[in-house]
Amino acid sequence: MTDSHTLVAEHVSLGYGDRTVVDGLDLTVPPGRITTIVGANACGKSTLLRALSRLLAPSQGHVLLDGKAVHTQPTKAVARTMGLLPQSPLAPEGIAVADLVARGRSPHQRMLSRWAVADEQAVEEALELTGTTDLVDRSVDELSGGQRQRVWIAMALAQQTDILLLDEPTTFLDICHQIEVLDLLTDLNRTRGTTIVMVLHDLNLAARYADHLVAMCGGQLLAGGTPEEVLTAETVERVFGMRSEVVADPVSGKPMVLPIGRHHSAQPVGHA
Amino acid sequence: MRTAPATRPAPSPLRAGRRRRAASRRRAAALLGVLVLALFALSLMVGQTFYGPGEVWRVVLGQDVPGASFTVGTLRLPRAVLGLVAGASLGIAGVTFQTMLRNPLASPDIIGISAGASAAAVIGIVVLRVDEALVSGMAIVAALVTALVIYLLAYRDGVLGTRLILIGIGIAAMLDSVVAYVIVRAAAWDLQVAMRWLTGSLNGATWGIVLPLVVAAAVLMPVLLAQSRQLDLLQHGDDTASALGVRVERTRLTVIVAAVALIAFATAAAGPIAFVAFLAGPIAARVVGPGGSLMVPAALTGALLVLAADLAGQHLFGTRYPVGVITGVLGAPYLVYLLVRTNRAGGSL
Ligand SMILES: Nc1ncnc2c1ncn2[C@@H]1O[C@H](COP(=O)(O)OP(=O)(O)O)[C@@H](O)[C@H]1O
Ligand SMILES: [Mg+2]
Repeated sequence: MTDSHTLVAEHVSLGYGDRTVVDGLDLTVPPGRITTIVGANACGKSTLLRALSRLLAPSQGHVLLDGKAVHTQPTKAVARTMGLLPQSPLAPEGIAVADLVARGRSPHQRMLSRWAVADEQAVEEALELTGTTDLVDRSVDELSGGQRQRVWIAMALAQQTDILLLDEPTTFLDICHQIEVLDLLTDLNRTRGTTIVMVLHDLNLAARYADHLVAMCGGQLLAGGTPEEVLTAETVERVFGMRSEVVADPVSGKPMVLPIGRHHSAQPVGHA
Repeated sequence: MRTAPATRPAPSPLRAGRRRRAASRRRAAALLGVLVLALFALSLMVGQTFYGPGEVWRVVLGQDVPGASFTVGTLRLPRAVLGLVAGASLGIAGVTFQTMLRNPLASPDIIGISAGASAAAVIGIVVLRVDEALVSGMAIVAALVTALVIYLLAYRDGVLGTRLILIGIGIAAMLDSVVAYVIVRAAAWDLQVAMRWLTGSLNGATWGIVLPLVVAAAVLMPVLLAQSRQLDLLQHGDDTASALGVRVERTRLTVIVAAVALIAFATAAAGPIAFVAFLAGPIAARVVGPGGSLMVPAALTGALLVLAADLAGQHLFGTRYPVGVITGVLGAPYLVYLLVRTNRAGGSL
């Protein structure tokens, strides 16, 4: 069902004011798969997600959703197809979890429409999937970082979009919550075919959870493909300016990056 | 036939909680509404001569009541309506700005928009001696221009933060000094006029002054209310709001223009009633609690503040104080508190 939605960036240039951040980037998001984006800080990952989600208009090129320029489509219609969890979303003071997650239903509501059974079910389901059902009456302010992040994901899930963009959804979480969130997103992808595009900080997790891995550097797309194709010592060096060794992760068999710093190398540096 | 409540399946905790909070918000707003009505009635009854509810009601219905018809119908009614509508306009416009800019300091009376309207109005009335309609027009143009100037000065890469507040406070100070200068230099200046343009006052309210504001409020408040859902979503940041289907720029432009125009009409009619726009939202938020739109509660709180402050200023002290003096005394400490807190918290809400 959802594999039908296509999301393509065609030679897009993006920037703020006169400053160009992303320059002539091409990206085809594989429908129904998980795409992860990695790259050094400030290389334009969030900027790219903003353009994909239609917030930022490209100065050149197009973002095409189902073949039509996303910026010419009605915001609400786009919001029923594609959701975005930004890097640092804000919550108004004191808002309850249930009321926040319910706002994820906004694109499905008309100006004076009543809260429908479908809305209720979507919210219940989102709470359940993220394990936040017990938090509904709590105020978002008083949650731990991990709980709050799950609540934000619940809000994005309540939107019930076939494409979900997430900007560093695991950044504030400890390792077990990171895995929990990534497993949850994988479930979503496997059971409903939701197309997922996410920026991840951790290279190894990005490689493990990706069907399609994209490496960005200085506003350019450096490499895109399966984790095995993309995550090589050479790419890591070009993207992060860091030498490393790439081995097979004994747990998943996916590539795993072992950074080589100036210290603690068992073998003489330069072996890689 | 209605099903007995006992046989209905229990609502889910999610639904129950959301209903409970929504009901409690509605109750609080209704309470504010009742208080506004009571104060409105009271301000028609009390004064040099007391008229009971019966007499006041007959005057409002248009019947001829000796004595009361003039005192209540011609003197008190326009004044009370001005207090009601100006207060509600300031309250709803104030909370719109505070919500949109996610900062309680970002109220139009703090960041100079009211001062812009006030400066234009005082120049129109005291210097150019134009009529009321033109004064309203000048106030609106000046308020919009002031908003635009602040926006352009504060705009940097799409981020409107503490810079906007600081620039706005500076502009407000400049425009306030324009008002003071015009009043001091005007040949025929008198204390009433001066107080109206310096702090806001309901003195000398006539239907000619009140009607443009009432018409403007009847048009502009629904415009704001229609945007209230989108405005609430903007509180989550532009990215989230846009992803939830809000046309961010369009919503922002619509509410800015409507709120600025409301401020301008209210200011042209009653002067820049000090701190009402600034106080109404935070008080309303305390009263109704989080999770819903604050527009209606803030409008009611604004009306409540103005009506209460005018009653107090007229009757509680030996001297009669204009409404803005009373609201100014209430608002100043809160402003100091917020500034201190902002300084400590580094500018976040
Ligand atoms: N709203 C903005 N206004 C101006 N510059 C911005 C804005 N957001 C990001 N930038 C700049 O664009 C560049 C890329 O930022 P971003 O896309 O957030 O990087 P990443 O997510 O890869 O860390 C950075 O240099 C950043 O300073
Ligand atoms: Mg980023």
